[in-house]
Amino acid sequence: MTVAANPKYIGTRVARKEDPRLITGEGTFTDDVMLQGVAYMTLVRSPHAHARIRRIDTAAAKKEPGVVAVLTGTELEATGMLPVFIAVPGMNGSKHMPIATDKARYAGDAVAAVVADSRDAAKRAADLIAVDYEPLPVVVDATKALEPGAPIVHEELGSNLVFTYPVKGGDIDKAFKDAEIKVTQRIVNQRLIPNAMEPRAVTAKFEAGELTLWTTTQIPHFVQLIVALNLGLGQNKVRVIAPEVGGGFGSKLQVYAEELLVGYLSKTLGRPVKWTEERREGYLATIHGRDLVENVEIAAKKDGTILGLRIRTVANVGAYLQAFAPGIPTILHAFIIPGPYKIPAFDIEVRGAYTNTTPVDAYRGAGRPEATFAMERIIDRLADEIGMDPAEVRRKNFIPPDAFPFNTISGITYDSGDYEPALDRALAMADYKGFEKRRAEAKARGNYRGIGISTYVEICGLAPSKANSALGVGWGGYESARIRVHATGSVQIFTGTSPHGQGHETSWAQIAADALGVSPNDIEVRHGDTFESPGMGVGTFGSRSLAVGGIAVHKAAEKVREKVVQIGAHLLEASPADVVVENGKVFVKGVPEKAKNFGDISMAAYLANNLPDGMEPGLEATVYYDPPNFTFPFGTHIAEVEIDGETGNVRIERYSACDDCGRQINPMIVDGQLHGGIAQGIGQALYEGAVYDDNGQLLSGSMMEYHVPSAEDLPMFNLDHTVTLTNTNPLGVKGIGEAGTIGSTPAAVNAVIDALSPLGIKHIDMPLTSEKIWRAIRAAREGRR
Amino acid sequence: MSHTVTVTVNGTSYSREIEPTLLLVEFLRETLALTGTHVGCDTSQCGACTVLVDGRATKACTMLAVQADGATVVTVEGLAKNGDLHPIQRAFAKEHGLQCGFCTPGLMITAVDLLERNASPSDAEIRHAIEGNLCRCTGYHNIVNAIRTASTEMRQAASGEAKIAAEVQP
Repeated sequence: MTVAANPKYIGTRVARKEDPRLITGEGTFTDDVMLQGVAYMTLVRSPHAHARIRRIDTAAAKKEPGVVAVLTGTELEATGMLPVFIAVPGMNGSKHMPIATDKARYAGDAVAAVVADSRDAAKRAADLIAVDYEPLPVVVDATKALEPGAPIVHEELGSNLVFTYPVKGGDIDKAFKDAEIKVTQRIVNQRLIPNAMEPRAVTAKFEAGELTLWTTTQIPHFVQLIVALNLGLGQNKVRVIAPEVGGGFGSKLQVYAEELLVGYLSKTLGRPVKWTEERREGYLATIHGRDLVENVEIAAKKDGTILGLRIRTVANVGAYLQAFAPGIPTILHAFIIPGPYKIPAFDIEVRGAYTNTTPVDAYRGAGRPEATFAMERIIDRLADEIGMDPAEVRRKNFIPPDAFPFNTISGITYDSGDYEPALDRALAMADYKGFEKRRAEAKARGNYRGIGISTYVEICGLAPSKANSALGVGWGGYESARIRVHATGSVQIFTGTSPHGQGHETSWAQIAADALGVSPNDIEVRHGDTFESPGMGVGTFGSRSLAVGGIAVHKAAEKVREKVVQIGAHLLEASPADVVVENGKVFVKGVPEKAKNFGDISMAAYLANNLPDGMEPGLEATVYYDPPNFTFPFGTHIAEVEIDGETGNVRIERYSACDDCGRQINPMIVDGQLHGGIAQGIGQALYEGAVYDDNGQLLSGSMMEYHVPSAEDLPMFNLDHTVTLTNTNPLGVKGIGEAGTIGSTPAAVNAVIDALSPLGIKHIDMPLTSEKIWRAIRAAREGRR
Repeated sequence: MSHTVTVTVNGTSYSREIEPTLLLVEFLRETLALTGTHVGCDTSQCGACTVLVDGRATKACTMLAVQADGATVVTVEGLAKNGDLHPIQRAFAKEHGLQCGFCTPGLMITAVDLLERNASPSDAEIRHAIEGNLCRCTGYHNIVNAIRTASTEMRQAASGEAKIAAEVQP
């Protein structure tokens, strides 16, 4: 470990550097960028989920006052295809154009673009475009899409099968032969709509051969790369800026049609163009998440020992493959299902299917919530069958702390872990022992009370690059950072990560501050501008930013520190080994009164007239960091719920979680990430779910029909942490962005099912709305009569 | 047919010729370039556009600008006075009540309205008051803490006690 033994800023609740501008309205989000002479783009979207486009008549639209351009898919083919960055073996990729040319494959698929002087004119003109559709049979359900005779979404592929992805280990037949108990459960992860609070937006201008494009993205460098390649521009002529980005959760982890279109149109029309998504439009045209159905079978002994897991999964990818979609139900789901448990035999096969629905890709947790939900539900079902405490079934199967590094049955290596302390702390926080008394009290009120546990291991970092490549990920998993110390001593960090709420400006400043011996207040962190950052930044997703991008910052800061020490030693006429860098001073150990200021050293680096022999002038370092392994955070979440016996309404009465993300840089931010993640996971468990009718119409098409949790739906969260450092990186950090989402969904569902278990209820599919629970309670009571 | 409206926003009176279909939020964002007020949905669910209209929290996406003729509007840009942050602003930063910051202006405005009407709200009252303002990042935990902290500070200030120290750098 190269980190200082007693870091001053790492591990402290430093106030966020982002906040002053965000609490005063001074932050600039993409839609706040107002360019002179801007024209507005509107897209005409198919009302049909599946329809051949016979003819598009744009004549009337073109005559509408204020209209600048009306273009159809054939005329826009110059924008090229939308990218997919992951290819799993045997994958049948889809041709995905920004504007559909031959047929519309989901309700919301764009079929024409209008550009006008005002938004109103663009909308009026869009209404005048007459599209002659030939409606085709529709398939919405992924399992049905794989049946013979199903409507084919992409005829050239011959079927709707995207991939068949097996992961196997151990002797699964023996496991089921030896089993004293087998439990089977069909598990559904319903389709979710991410609902970042900021709708997507893109605006661009093309001046002097250079395209500047502001966009709501988690991956500005990938947008730069694809826009440059597709539009035939040098990468040096495409500047992508992700200014303030109002949440992402995976929904902005794409190169979207609108980014290519706005770039293309501003270039060809010679004036700035802007597109801002309306929320209802976003429900159709921004990626969805989850939508996975699996049949889970567990083989076990009556003492709770797990012998094997056999799973058959069907994943709905929607109408087209999106950027990371092939990796979600496969790499990020199949490999991590065993979680914290020793599982001797494992056999999963995941099939992906095209359907006439909005494309599905990464949504917070991306594969890992699905994996953890499957594992944690089947463990509870097993515990119920054998009459054992669910906490003890988990404990019995935990990988013991002396077994690390541990090779899982799915073929990955956990470097570190210690699962029982997190479980025990969470059980204590939840007063697990005292629960039955509370259940009895609720019963006296006519209510049902339950407690649910979830223990998880997740996979973060999404690097190293070579491992990514072996798995089919088409781009490295490294991250970049540049640290520039100006002559006067002010410090700038340029990071390849692209935060949208995670507080990287603060955490990265803390990391660099400890290395450079200055205050985080003296460090500025800049991100999201591809002309400022190092040549490539991979971006922010998969809880990778700290474990990869934060380490790049740390390493760049160490390089700068080394040069500061060398210059300091030269100026102080001392050995570098004796030089101390702290509190903005550089001095010889034991002689702080003869210190140089940090700014004296940086000035010397640029004056360059008194440097050690052979030293380059300047004080700047760039690092591309590629980790040696993924990281594996873990934890235990416990939800306690009370269900109104008359209405079926669920209230979360108590929520306790103990997570281990390794070393924490800023505990305030860590807890904030957990709060938000837990809320989203509870949203999936209790409230959220996209609903299509059989014609492929999205019935949950706005925030009126799709319930994003409000403050009244959620409790306060009681959080604790254990700290098990990873040796994968020099700070021992693992990642916390998705843990809350991963841990909370099964905890909440297990609690509800536990509450209803006295009625003989074994499982209800999410979301566990009051209506579903009321029906289940009624059915159970009537069945009993 | 355009109309002339006169609206006082953050203490300044503006007279503008506008179309009758212009929403108040568009008037603020586009006519006056006050982009701190955000648009997060089109069904008045999310509350990102909340501003004070004559002292009451109002979703500016559900009100026409012409309806605000003669009204006094306060947006997030008007919360701080002479460089001094409003207690709700300090509290949101202190309690980590914001992450991406998109919903934050609307939530702070709603909280100001609440604290005007109820100086000492319970957590349940806070949650009820902000039920029409959605946040996807924070799970509301720290927003509730922030509003409670602000209420404490405002009561202390009202009773002449010392302000809690501001932790936000200017």
